[in-house]
Amino acid sequence: MNFEFSEEQNLLREQAAGFLQDQCPPSAVRAILEGAASFDTELFRGIAEMGWTAAAIPEKHGGLGLSYLELCVIAEELGRVVAPVPFSSSVYLATEALLLAGNDAQREAWLPKLASGAAIGTFALAEGTGQPSPNRLETAYENGCLNGTKVPVADGDIADFAVAVARCGRGDGASLYLVPLDADTVTRTTVATLDPTRSHARIDFDNARAESLGAAGEGWGLTRRILDRAAVLFAWEQVGGANAALEQAKEYAMGRYAFGRPIAGFQAIKHKLANIYVKNTLARSNCYYGAWALSTDASELPLAAATARVSAIQAYYFASKENIQTHGGMGFTWEFDCQFHYRRAKLLSVNIGSERTWQDRLISAIEAGQAA
Amino acid sequence: MDFSDTPEEAAFRREAREWLQANVPSKDELEGLDEVQRAKLWQMRKYEAGWACIRWPREYGGRGASAMEQVIWNQEESSVRVPQGVFAIGQGMAAPTMMAWATEEQKLRYLPPLASGEHIWCQLFSEPAGGSDLAALRTRAEKDGDEWVINGQKIWTSGAQFSNYAILVVRTDPEVPKHKGLTYFFIDMKSPGIEIKPIRQISGESNFNEVYFTDVRIPDEQRLGAVGQGWQVAITTLMNERLAIGSGGGLGFRQVFELAQRIEIDGRPAIEDRSVRARLADWYVQESGLRFTGYRAMSALSRGEMPGPENSIGKLVGASKSQDMASFAIDLLEMSGIVTDPELAWRSGMVHDTFMGAPGLRIAGGTDEIMLNILAERVLGMPQDVRVDKGIPFSQVPTSAS
Ligand SMILES: Cc1cc2nc3c(=O)[nH]c(=O)nc-3n(C[C@H](O)[C@H](O)[C@H](O)COP(=O)(O)OP(=O)(O)OC[C@H]3O[C@@H](n4cnc5c(N)ncnc54)[C@H](O)[C@@H]3O)c2cc1C
Repeated sequence: MNFEFSEEQNLLREQAAGFLQDQCPPSAVRAILEGAASFDTELFRGIAEMGWTAAAIPEKHGGLGLSYLELCVIAEELGRVVAPVPFSSSVYLATEALLLAGNDAQREAWLPKLASGAAIGTFALAEGTGQPSPNRLETAYENGCLNGTKVPVADGDIADFAVAVARCGRGDGASLYLVPLDADTVTRTTVATLDPTRSHARIDFDNARAESLGAAGEGWGLTRRILDRAAVLFAWEQVGGANAALEQAKEYAMGRYAFGRPIAGFQAIKHKLANIYVKNTLARSNCYYGAWALSTDASELPLAAATARVSAIQAYYFASKENIQTHGGMGFTWEFDCQFHYRRAKLLSVNIGSERTWQDRLISAIEAGQAA
Repeated sequence: MDFSDTPEEAAFRREAREWLQANVPSKDELEGLDEVQRAKLWQMRKYEAGWACIRWPREYGGRGASAMEQVIWNQEESSVRVPQGVFAIGQGMAAPTMMAWATEEQKLRYLPPLASGEHIWCQLFSEPAGGSDLAALRTRAEKDGDEWVINGQKIWTSGAQFSNYAILVVRTDPEVPKHKGLTYFFIDMKSPGIEIKPIRQISGESNFNEVYFTDVRIPDEQRLGAVGQGWQVAITTLMNERLAIGSGGGLGFRQVFELAQRIEIDGRPAIEDRSVRARLADWYVQESGLRFTGYRAMSALSRGEMPGPENSIGKLVGASKSQDMASFAIDLLEMSGIVTDPELAWRSGMVHDTFMGAPGLRIAGGTDEIMLNILAERVLGMPQDVRVDKGIPFSQVPTSAS
């Protein structure tokens, strides 16, 4: 047993942190928040050049064939700087879907492009309000074509293709489809969201050509597996963000004076930050376990992923709101960067299923373990 | 990172598990023994087979095991039902302090009987005027030749009634600022002049005591660290205390989970209720977060690092978790939740024991508030609280009495 990242992985972390400090300062996040661009293309190009999009893709498909532990390290650093790039959609979701369910031709067609950053992929599950489930899906596939509406789809306005979850009369009730998004049978409309640093779209499929990804009637099981894997990576982003929010709160508290001394000296502030630290530490430790389960494809992955996800959701939300509180009126201003974490924390706490959904999955995983 | 065993670790685990299975005391063996006797029986059995305090060097009664072997042993021992308690202070706090500060001769003499369970130690730190503010303690020690003469009072001393030795912090100089006038000793609890009076707790039990000192004599050899260095030595103890107390024990996630599977709400198992699932998930997340934080701390120890202030998390989170889980379990039991009668109560009332014990856990070994202060100051580097006693001689510090 060994509960540490390796020296090489820690080196990668330092390198990633250094790169992002240069290439993704708060001003870069703000530019996307305030501007018309969907994402920071320059930053994403740099990230691809660093090889991060290629990290977990096997070498034969143009990737680096690194372990998922490396990807977790990268995820934490991206989360820390609230990076405004389609990394999670393309890497944690689309790439994983292809690796899990793609046939040789599909992998060959897309993985090298995903690895080099030449293509962006996304995962299209939600269809408006409510928790998605196979019997509520309206998107359907017939005669090689997909019909229906997916909203919101992260990076749906910029992605080259989507892995869409559609209704299916067989098996577990759903199937996955690989659908290019540049056809004129696909209409994409950007939708406004709580976190404009990550763009989202509504996608209407009107007889859009699509091909099956994995067997028909196995789409729901695949979706769950994809989300389990992505949950670990998102949790690392959340932990990175939560720790950055803690550091931001601390830095402000040390410099802000009231009643003749730094507000960092008041117990109400000290204890607030200590409580953030506690939640962040627990979440991070749970993420270690998740990282290991992901990297070894352990049978404990569903439980480890849900555990990491639930604690990371809670930690990041708590850190992001108490960070604003620590800043007082300043924290509530548009000019201050506290809002980045508050927005991102909420986006990440619902994007692949809410806290409640993952709490439920966690208990289900324990029940399943008991039955086994 | 690898959460699975190496071949050597797997072999060690197998050996540990086999030994445990063959040696767990049977009901018959424990019949008629009190808590202390049971714990001693189990400790001696482990000691004789080389399974006591396994991280300690062999010459002190351990087996020189690695930190990871300790993790494995803890996992295996906690999965069987064996007598608990009474040695945590001696083995978990006094021993590491002795290892850091005692002479070689003293270590060879005092550590093996701690490992074997022949000796139980207690902790004479807290006083009526020195709890959270431990350094405000007033018990006096005055030098008389090669001996020190102790007068004063300690309070909340767990296990004093059955302890052989104790670790003790006293004031040797009231005319310097409070942290500078302290000195640390270990002491034979049978010394003349020690009087122990039990205190009844809210649970009805009497695990802790008042301990009075009237002209109690301690040989100077039993001093750990220099005169006036007691605070520094006490920090060694307190850092290890945070590791030793860990997350507290008592009612765990598993038990509440199983209860929720058995109990019904509206004719369906409670576990199917979404709100029940959400609460349980939150505790699971805390419990596993603490477990893995503990493993990471062991990784740090195995690199030779000292247990640091970050270990305050275990008790801080664990104590409230136990308290809230017990409260929740009582709610799940609905109207019968209040029944403590061992014949009738679920698991003979262990949930009530946890409910009534948890408030003490949140106070013992540093209160929740003190733990948060420690995390804020020592881990996050935030400023210390404003202190009116800073830099002034202890004798001039305002107190509750004055
Ligand atoms: C079950 C149990 C077993 C124990 N066993 C032992 C033992 O074996 N040996 C031993 O030496 N001691 C033992 N103790 C004593 C324990 O360490 C003290 O009770 C504890 O440190 C608190 O001190 P106090 O009781 O004087 O409370 P106080 O220090 O008076 O605290 C009262 C309240 O004030 C708060 N408070 C105090 N200072 C601050 C501050 N600076 N900032 C914010 N809030 C503050 C506290 O958090 C608490 O809520 C035990 C206690 C318990 C409950």
